[in-house]
Amino acid sequence: MRILLFELKEGLSIALRAILSNKIRSLLTMLGIFIGVAVVITMSTAIKGIDNSFQSGISSLGTDVLYVDKWAWFTNEEWWKIRNRKNITMEEYTRFKDLVKLPVAVAPVTNTVQTVKFNERRVDNVFVNGSNADYVKTTNFTFAEGRFYSEIESNAARQVAVIGSEIAKKLFPNISPLDRTIKIGGFNYKIVGVLAEQGSFILGPWNPDNQVYVPIETIFKNFFNRSFRTITINVRANGPAMVEETKAEIEGVMRNVRGLTYNQENDFSINQQEGLQQSYKSVVGVIQIAGLFITGLSLFVGAIGIMNIMFVSVKERTKEIGLRKAIGAKRRTILSQFLLESSVICLVGGIAGLIAAIIISLLINQFIPTSIQIDSVFIGIGVSLITGVISGFAPAYTAAKMDAVEALRYE
Amino acid sequence: MNIIRIEHIAKIYKVGTEEVHALRDVSLNIDKNEYVAIMGPSGSGKSTLMNMLGCLDTPTSGLYQFKGVSVSEMTDNQLANIRNQEIGFVFQTFNLLARYDAIHNVELPLVYAGVSKNERRERAKRALIDVGLGDRMAHKPNELSGGQRQRVAIARALVTNPSIILADEPTGNLDSKTGEEIMALFHEIHQKGNTIILVTHEEYIAEHAARIIRLKDGLVEKDEVVKKRFVPEIKENHSE
Repeated sequence: MRILLFELKEGLSIALRAILSNKIRSLLTMLGIFIGVAVVITMSTAIKGIDNSFQSGISSLGTDVLYVDKWAWFTNEEWWKIRNRKNITMEEYTRFKDLVKLPVAVAPVTNTVQTVKFNERRVDNVFVNGSNADYVKTTNFTFAEGRFYSEIESNAARQVAVIGSEIAKKLFPNISPLDRTIKIGGFNYKIVGVLAEQGSFILGPWNPDNQVYVPIETIFKNFFNRSFRTITINVRANGPAMVEETKAEIEGVMRNVRGLTYNQENDFSINQQEGLQQSYKSVVGVIQIAGLFITGLSLFVGAIGIMNIMFVSVKERTKEIGLRKAIGAKRRTILSQFLLESSVICLVGGIAGLIAAIIISLLINQFIPTSIQIDSVFIGIGVSLITGVISGFAPAYTAAKMDAVEALRYE
Repeated sequence: MNIIRIEHIAKIYKVGTEEVHALRDVSLNIDKNEYVAIMGPSGSGKSTLMNMLGCLDTPTSGLYQFKGVSVSEMTDNQLANIRNQEIGFVFQTFNLLARYDAIHNVELPLVYAGVSKNERRERAKRALIDVGLGDRMAHKPNELSGGQRQRVAIARALVTNPSIILADEPTGNLDSKTGEEIMALFHEIHQKGNTIILVTHEEYIAEHAARIIRLKDGLVEKDEVVKKRFVPEIKENHSE
């Protein structure tokens, strides 16, 4: 053990000397690993960040929410069959609500895309959700200011609105939005509440931060007739454990409401986030693999660079290797000397790459979320060390098995 | 006591399909504190013999005992240890490491011997003073003259207190005056009780030794004691 440590220490000092004696070459070689590690780690922090953002976004919608809908989110069914389904109406919602027992909250939802204005400021293409006071119970919304609209406001189709945090930022950069009147598609609405940031950039326009919530009756009054479109019924189960049971219940209730006989197929869909998560995972999984593969390639190219330079270095130092062997260096000493050299190059390049990746991640965090994990630090260091050992092995082995006599004679 | 005992050794190289008999049948003994020169024209097998003596190579057949231990049966690591501890090499082209200063070059064999840093430094210093380079320790090879470089190499050979010093054409890259100084240094080293084996093709260099072994075509042509030995003057300024 002590001999091993001694050899490691001496080997390290020999390796460092060799690296320092060829500064530019060592630096250029490190650059390959630097770039490789930097992109791999940046990529993985970005993927992790997007993932975290998706997870938190999805959970702000509630993981135990079921959506009774004319449309299916994920289906193998033919599109025209689904299109021919009957719309879900407000009357059906009322009957449905009276019959179900397991859910903690049931709310009808419709939406329209409108321009939202306050004085000179405007935001186009905003998702305006219409529902009733129960809607907030189907979500995990938290409020920055104010409250959700009340049952009275919703039943009376009042011109009131709750706005998402991004909308609030855009329309009211300096003042409190509460009790201000905004125009939604030309109609006046009074703001009664502002959502706290729900943090789910990946959902885009479906992000609650970018939406506006108004009573469903007000939407019918302002924008379209209630029979014009299908509505969705959001159903919240009593916790994730109850999702399956609740799903079974609401399927039965909805079939009952629709008056379906036992041999008729469902003419509605019950959607849930699980499906969303699955399809998210399959899409993001591909992106992850492709991203890591592409960035991994740059690391691979860096490793080839190291191997190449180590071969050159061994060839160049043939005579030195011969001498070292003549004065008593063993094969393993020579092997470890060159392995240490490539490992040090990789490690220094890798650590620099890691630092760069962290800085880059913090910078791009301004635009898309990134998440620096402590394990990516270890992975970065580990990967660069392994790269060093693997790419250094073939050249080091060549050096170790050189014949001392021939090496000494090499010019 | 014989340090080196060689009986009927042969070395055959395969070059393509052809077999080259570098050494055919060589027997010789070398005792402690001998000063031997090995001579011969090129192709006589003297380089092969030197590599053999230096444990850089092993014979195809025959017996080679180094201090009573058979070398042909040694593993690579054992050979490396013998080279490290028992043999000090001096080469024609010095073979110093360009990026190391003199003292680090001299320390190198001690690194492989596992000697601690402080002791290494101490012993390397002493060896450099012994060869007259006490004031050049921090110089790199390219800041030293040819003669000084060879002195560093000799210090490196001496630093492990080896049983034999093996010098391969040590004056081959030096002018005759510097060469003579180096030979004087070898003489001095020999006087201190070291065993020296000198490989050369120049008669006047060989005559510094007490015994000359002449090789020809892989055989010992003549093994003779030098009658008119050339003894260089020893300059006192070496030992500071």
